[in-house]
Amino acid sequence: MSTEILGILLVFVITIILAIPLGKYIAKVFSGERTITDFMKPFERFIFKLSGINPDREMNWKQHMVALLTINMVWFIYAFVMFLIQGSLFLNPDGNPSMTPDLAFNTAISFLVNCNLQDYSGETGVTYFTQLFVITFLMFVSAATGIAAMAVILRAMKEKVTDKLGNFFNYFLLSCTRILLPLSLITALLLAFNGTPSSYAAKASIKDFHGNNITVSRGPAAGMIAIKHIGTNGGGWFGANSAHPLENPNYFTNMLELVAQFIIPAALIFALGFYLKKKKLAYVIFGIMTLGFLLLVLPTIYYELKGSPTIEKLGIAQTTGAMEGKEVRFGPANSGYWSILTTVISTGSVNSMHDSSMPVSGAMQMLAMMTNAFYGGCGAGFLNYYIFILIAVFISGLMVGRTPELLGRKVEAKEIKIAAIIALLHPFIILAGTALSTYILIHNPNANWAVKPSTWLNNPGFHGFSEMLYQYTSCAANNGSGFEGLADNNIWWNISTGFVLILGRYIPIIGPIAIAGILAQKKYIPEAGGTLRTDTITFGLVTFGVITIIAALAFFPALVLGPLAEYFSIY
Amino acid sequence: MKNYLLPSLRLTLVLIVLFGGIYPFSIFLFGKLSKGHGDGITISKNNQVIGFENLGQNFTEDKYFCSRPSAVNYNASGSGGSNKATSNPDYLKEVSARIDTFMKHNPHIRKEDIPSDLVTASGSGLDPDISIEGALVQIPRIAKIRKIPFNKLKDLVDAHSEKSFLGCFGPSKINVLKLNLALDSLK
Repeated sequence: MSTEILGILLVFVITIILAIPLGKYIAKVFSGERTITDFMKPFERFIFKLSGINPDREMNWKQHMVALLTINMVWFIYAFVMFLIQGSLFLNPDGNPSMTPDLAFNTAISFLVNCNLQDYSGETGVTYFTQLFVITFLMFVSAATGIAAMAVILRAMKEKVTDKLGNFFNYFLLSCTRILLPLSLITALLLAFNGTPSSYAAKASIKDFHGNNITVSRGPAAGMIAIKHIGTNGGGWFGANSAHPLENPNYFTNMLELVAQFIIPAALIFALGFYLKKKKLAYVIFGIMTLGFLLLVLPTIYYELKGSPTIEKLGIAQTTGAMEGKEVRFGPANSGYWSILTTVISTGSVNSMHDSSMPVSGAMQMLAMMTNAFYGGCGAGFLNYYIFILIAVFISGLMVGRTPELLGRKVEAKEIKIAAIIALLHPFIILAGTALSTYILIHNPNANWAVKPSTWLNNPGFHGFSEMLYQYTSCAANNGSGFEGLADNNIWWNISTGFVLILGRYIPIIGPIAIAGILAQKKYIPEAGGTLRTDTITFGLVTFGVITIIAALAFFPALVLGPLAEYFSIY
Repeated sequence: MKNYLLPSLRLTLVLIVLFGGIYPFSIFLFGKLSKGHGDGITISKNNQVIGFENLGQNFTEDKYFCSRPSAVNYNASGSGGSNKATSNPDYLKEVSARIDTFMKHNPHIRKEDIPSDLVTASGSGLDPDISIEGALVQIPRIAKIRKIPFNKLKDLVDAHSEKSFLGCFGPSKINVLKLNLALDSLK
């Protein structure tokens, strides 16, 4: 048991040790200083030339938005069409079919918005062509979109900056070539040399130990699995995601994938400190996020190691802990750690089946996505935290009777309105979606749909409710993990979650950029004795309080109906 | 239009080639140098491929160490877990039945010696491993059927146990396919 805990500690420490220098490097990349990857410059210039882009053209926040949304729309149309016709395209050695329109809609959006909810299974639902030329591609560019959005905000938060906020395409391409590509290459090679398939060979047909004919799915998976974690995407090559022994062959690759998904979100917080020359602010933010993370992960590990109370009643030994849905090579403690890391960060890859987690772990996984601000995905995590900082600045300003200010700029009604809308949108889309689905399930269980609502759920009672709540939470947080027992590949779930995905991605990106853009245009007031400092532990705790109150007040009733009721029914 | 849409289209095309084509193809080229050449690492018996090192197979006969239950019946053309909640009464009946079956086939052990991994389904449905306890608890049965001394089997299990990563990180485990191959060659 102690070896399991040591393994987790090692992973966490390695991540932090690597994230600090990476953060410094990222700050240098975005401020245009010299870095060790400057040899990429001619290559980047070549790409800009091919694309007809002048990377030096300065944009204001509205122009950034137009650029971001335009290119995202292009990706959506491209992905949607490819999924619809993938069955008749090349690189399809297993002869997998094209997607239905509703599944193609859901899948295209899901990868576009960095969520990677998968209503299909990788072995049968997509082709090698779409896995690489659509999904892998989207994994890079959707992560780069988030990082670029954060770069815009960092620029806007800098002193003496007005409305010239750099070039979106430049931030975007630098995120791809200087951050995501090198890290993914390293990760992919390590995976390939640990047994993850990387060749284009079709399914293997062999005779097994007993002489029966079996077929084994594989494919050029290593590269995709690398960016799936580096870009906090989370969509698996195989249906079982990183629980699959080819997608995550051993304990080393498991550690690698844990570090890979955590490293950019952590590094971006440190990058903020280096970029704005406010290291203390970055450490306070990182500390508060770590506090939130620990409060979620510790109970999870405890309950997974303790094992299931209902299995215990059957009289067998749970020497390692709760094992349903888990792999022996990872064990329950590590699976618990992964399940919280992947939900706190918006990865959504899994190395155990969350549907079979203990009730408290399920509650923590959902709470991680409901708060959606501790670490967070590539860029998006800080964007959410930024909203909470604004609300905290506003509230503390009111409490002490001072004009609220953030880094030398007055925060006024307009910004706070935008922030409040974003903070409330998240619970609204989750709870409204869950309520609507629950209503349909209860009142029209036998509606004459392709999949009857009465067959949606894989488990009865409170846990069944959790399956629906988890699905919308995962979509709104752009996470992509699931209580996979839910029968989600049908029109209701594909379409309703598709809309939640769009709202949960673009509004939380547009809002913070708008706020930062508006703030940047205001007069810069240098810090004085009367300024409310945002880089103190006190202010960090206020922000933590704001996050807790918003999450707790909004989601507590729903959690009571789901995982908490389940907990009290079996303990 | 000229400032945003056309550049977006062209940049998209370039990046599709880079990330969908060049990037995975270079991993493919390097992967050729790895064990298994990127096709997956296989296990052979008498020069005949009989499986993949990392993918579990179904063993239920009494003369072999049995593997974990699987929600996909170890069919590696797909993968997945049971997604059953621990509060689900039907699921508990299923586990209970597995325990009874195991007791019937292993009458000389105590119920509280059955480790839970032997009666619960894995996340992938393809778990190649069982816990060390899961192998040890099956030794009396196999010793009796194969008429091999208990200690010899115990040595076999010890030899095939894979300890924690670097000796101190993560759980220990044992690969069922490799163990059963070795068991067959035991004289």
